[in-house]
Amino acid sequence: MSTLIEFRDVCKYYQMGDETVRAADHISMKIEKGEFVAIVGQSGSGKSTCMNIIGCLDVPTSGTYLLDGRDVGEMNRNELAEIRNELLGFIFQQYNLLPKLSILENVEVPLMYAGISRKERRERATEALEAVGLADKLKNKPSQLSGGQQQRVSIARALVGHPAVILADEPTGALDSRTGREVIAILQKLHKQGHTIVLITHDDSIAVQTERIIRLEDGHVVYDGDAKAPEATVRHTSQSEEGGI
Amino acid sequence: MNFFETFRLALQNIWASKMRTFLTMLGIVIGITAVIVIVGLGNGMQKYMEDSFASMGTNSLTVSIRGRGTSRSVSVDDMYEMVEQNKTVLDKISPTVTMQSQIKVGTETLSSTATGVSEDYFKIKDYEIAEGRGIQYIDVAERKKICVVGQYINQTYYAGRAVGDTIKIGADKLTIVGVMAQEADEMEEGGTDDSIFLPYSTAARLSGMGTISTFTITIYNEEQASIAKKVVEDTLYKTFRNSDSYTVISMVEILDIMNSMIDVMITILAIIAGISLLVGGIGIMNIMLVSVTERTREIGIRKALGAKEGVILRQFVIEAGTTAAIGGIIGILLGYFLSRVATVIVTALLETELTVVPSAGSVLLAFGVSAAVGVIFGYLPARKAALLNPIDALRYD
Repeated sequence: MSTLIEFRDVCKYYQMGDETVRAADHISMKIEKGEFVAIVGQSGSGKSTCMNIIGCLDVPTSGTYLLDGRDVGEMNRNELAEIRNELLGFIFQQYNLLPKLSILENVEVPLMYAGISRKERRERATEALEAVGLADKLKNKPSQLSGGQQQRVSIARALVGHPAVILADEPTGALDSRTGREVIAILQKLHKQGHTIVLITHDDSIAVQTERIIRLEDGHVVYDGDAKAPEATVRHTSQSEEGGI
Repeated sequence: MNFFETFRLALQNIWASKMRTFLTMLGIVIGITAVIVIVGLGNGMQKYMEDSFASMGTNSLTVSIRGRGTSRSVSVDDMYEMVEQNKTVLDKISPTVTMQSQIKVGTETLSSTATGVSEDYFKIKDYEIAEGRGIQYIDVAERKKICVVGQYINQTYYAGRAVGDTIKIGADKLTIVGVMAQEADEMEEGGTDDSIFLPYSTAARLSGMGTISTFTITIYNEEQASIAKKVVEDTLYKTFRNSDSYTVISMVEILDIMNSMIDVMITILAIIAGISLLVGGIGIMNIMLVSVTERTREIGIRKALGAKEGVILRQFVIEAGTTAAIGGIIGILLGYFLSRVATVIVTALLETELTVVPSAGSVLLAFGVSAAVGVIFGYLPARKAALLNPIDALRYD
């Protein structure tokens, strides 16, 4: 297996007034091709910062982030846009579909920015929507679909560009538990097909359904290992839980 | 993502918010409409003036001599000689003597004008003879009591059989030797068709006028109007040594002055109308800024999915440009429509044949300006959109 995502002493500091917030403090990790990883942590643990960096939406303050061997820290905003388009598929908590477009057009968007012809876009987007079981709703607007269906559209959109990494940010956060389970099942299926999936969540019950858990607390990695191991779900600080199970 | 694709996206967005787009482009619509109608009105006025002048003959100079006591004067022969000596620019000359006497046919008094002219006058004015003959050199030389009448007089007082009959000017009876062809589109009292022409020598004697003081001179080339005018003025100056003793009016010059006055007026009006284009542009900028804020999340999503800054910039600039251009097209159509309406109203109110004609140039310019206004005023909001941070934009509600 080859390494797809590599963090070397990645730091991200924010200036909040006089105080420096260390959202990511010397994080090092490697994610191999084909892995299904959950990055877990409470709010303020730095998992959103990690996701932004992995998703090439942000660059580290210091340290190196290699995505598929490329140093993202050195890239300008346009190169970042290009690499997001090429290597990453996003699944968001709020689906983030474009409300004025039909779901077919929504799925076409990443292909459009990749400069793919209209005909091919249509074909590939249709295929992707068929794969998530929405072949009969191509012309519908997102608002005409249920939450679970909308999330499936966003999965199709994440997949359509054949990205190296699928980045799912709290994909079940806005769904009831049953549809949440369906979405996780789809992700597991994709993993079996060989996709690399990074799931960001605060929810241990979701995290344990992956293969590997990377737990963050206060910008540090406090656990990195098998998702089934008992210590994977143990909290290291005595902080009371907020919002989890 | 190519230009065409971005353009399609822009059209989609415009169509998705039709009402807002329409209100946004209203300023542009009004501005363009105003410019087109005003420029059209100007063109119409210019054309109307040119037509009116053309019917008077733009290739002629009118010379009036006031004279300077009895010591210095210019005779008809002097004037003829001047034309003869300047054959390169001056063509024909005719003295004109306007009669003040009462004109009568039988016992009926006419309001027609009687003018004494030379045998060349009909050629100068491009008048045609329909029946009989025109005025000839021999008539002038022998001061014959003959005349040529307009078609209106022929029809109204002689039932079309004027030739051979007589007309009374003052105490004298003149034989009608010819009838002019109809000149104006409609014959009316007081017009050219209601005129009587007689030899100037006869006219001078009948009205007891010693010297003839008004002349009409034709020139070969309208372009040479100012040269011709100068030649005549110089000749007259040599005699009178005083430029107040005579006046030379060139029709072309007057037309030019009138045209440039209309031009200035129309330009000022068009600029005022153009200010509404500026206001329209600011309106577009305003709405685009609101739109960028509203669509912050959309922009964030697009950026996350791989839209580069240039693509976002282009999308918003094209959207603004297209909005303005559509406004421009509506303005052009509306402008044409209102030009028609204006033509009808002006024609009815002023009883003139004035047509409001928008020029193709002004239409093209209007379209170009409106699209440019959209692009220029759309740039600032588009830049704002392009530079949005995708993380913040995605989090935006």
